[in-house]
Amino acid sequence: MSKENIHAVFSLALSGFSLDVKLDLPGHGVTALFGHSGSGKTTVLRCVAGLIQAPGGFLSVNGEVWQDDEQGVFLSPHQRSLGYVFQEASLFAHLTVRKNLEYGQKRVPEKSRKVGFEQALELLGIESLLARRPEYLSGGERQRVAIARALLTSPKLLLLDEPLAALDQKRKNEILPYLERLHDELSIPLLYVSHSLDEVAQLADYLVLLDHGQMIASGPLQETLVRLDLPGAFTEDAGVVVETIVGAHEEADALTRLDFSGGLIYVALRPESVGCRLRCRIHARDVSLTLERPAATSILNVVPATVIGTAEAEPPAHVLVHLDAGGTPLLARITRRSRDRLGITGGLAVWAQIKAVSLLG
Amino acid sequence: MEPLNTVDLSAVKLTIKLATLTTILLLFIGTPIAWWLARTKSRLKGLIGALVALPLVLPPTVLGFYMLVVMGPQGPIGQLTQALGVGLLPFTFPGLLVGSVFYSMPFVVQPVQNAFEAIGERPLEAAATLRAGPWDTFFSIVVPLARPGFLTGAILGFAHTVGEFGIVLMIGGNIPGKTRVVSVQIYDHVEAMEYAQAHWLAGGMVLFAFLVMLSLYTFNGSSNRRMS
Repeated sequence: MSKENIHAVFSLALSGFSLDVKLDLPGHGVTALFGHSGSGKTTVLRCVAGLIQAPGGFLSVNGEVWQDDEQGVFLSPHQRSLGYVFQEASLFAHLTVRKNLEYGQKRVPEKSRKVGFEQALELLGIESLLARRPEYLSGGERQRVAIARALLTSPKLLLLDEPLAALDQKRKNEILPYLERLHDELSIPLLYVSHSLDEVAQLADYLVLLDHGQMIASGPLQETLVRLDLPGAFTEDAGVVVETIVGAHEEADALTRLDFSGGLIYVALRPESVGCRLRCRIHARDVSLTLERPAATSILNVVPATVIGTAEAEPPAHVLVHLDAGGTPLLARITRRSRDRLGITGGLAVWAQIKAVSLLG
Repeated sequence: MEPLNTVDLSAVKLTIKLATLTTILLLFIGTPIAWWLARTKSRLKGLIGALVALPLVLPPTVLGFYMLVVMGPQGPIGQLTQALGVGLLPFTFPGLLVGSVFYSMPFVVQPVQNAFEAIGERPLEAAATLRAGPWDTFFSIVVPLARPGFLTGAILGFAHTVGEFGIVLMIGGNIPGKTRVVSVQIYDHVEAMEYAQAHWLAGGMVLFAFLVMLSLYTFNGSSNRRMS
């Protein structure tokens, strides 16, 4: 049990569902619990919060034991230094936004308050909402208040249970930047439950994949996304996350150049200034391979790469190819026939043509 | 002619005293029962719920008869009260109070239970993750959110106690200043052919009942609008 991690062992048998996980997660940054509905990700989060007691379970968070049933230790949720943001609005309807925010803060001893009231307001952009009642807030505003309310308890761990799932795309886009700021500006570890790979790709540093109550993979985001041994359910939407830096704006063509370790890619002109970090996601289905550098192609982004390995994918006509582009992992989805015709196998040098890049944030 | 004579007035005072004390007692006794009924997963929930609701369907005379037996010299409660040195409860004001509490119980428990159920699990969990312990959560979240239920329960409990007759007659009898409440007094007036006296009291009851229902509907209407 190290001081710098979250260690959790939970098993539960409910009717029609069983959970059996043993997790060793980093004690900092954003860890995403990803899986389809029914995979047990919310149950894991509720066990971490103590809202459910998994019999015989164990949980330590950066050195503090919250549950150790062998020793008869189980802290109630209100005794755990955590923040919890629920999927749907959970603001107290009889209190104004200000009173909601103060509810948790005033229950924390003054010397443990690390997040300031003004700081939380500013971080979530809710300064103008203080006097309102929850019923007069939009869904996105409610979630921002709920996040600020959780932060104001200065938690040692912040749990977010699909905080964006109940919102439409517009509201999601309204909140995501605030979540990114949490990540960048506070040193509170986040456990983020989601079934959206886009959200995960945008926010997470570390990824845990859950399926039917079992952990099927876990590791740093980039490494885990390119693992070829995962079941088809995850490879359907397979893709990688690439950390880039804005290299230049080429206004004449309305393009922005993004630099990464494997080369450079061009995207439609971005508002971020040169030098900014930008995450983007490249889907395996948007990457095709050629053996020689294509001379005449309309595809703008072509980077050299080396084949690491290949794996079967769904449907069976396809295979996934794991590539290394100057240290950045990439995935390509090509047909089995193309693989055989081009003789694609580990160690081969190829050119990856990237048809589309989705920018996160 | 005086609208209300001194006997009438003492019946009115007694009725108000009985209804007020019954309501206060029921808020203390009924709230934990309502909380338990709203939260429990126990198989006893149906049984306890049915027992609490029994006065809704039983003729008051039946309830009154059994309470008379139980609180009487041979009944278990009667033996207990005698052993405790408080004497027998039937035909006393405390006896009437005990009867009223049972009789009006569902009118307080059910609105409060519904209000507790409507709050759901989520606000309680949210409060727990914001460092509020169970008692803290109950007073800072549950009570304010269930306020309409408490108000409805209190009004119905009070009004229903004011309106009871059969159970009063069975347990309390008809002792001026001790157990003779308005409904019994009206009955006495009618028996004695004092229709004018009966009108004053009966008319007052109609007005009272109407005002209670009006306040209930107005209040619930506005709070429903606010909720949605």
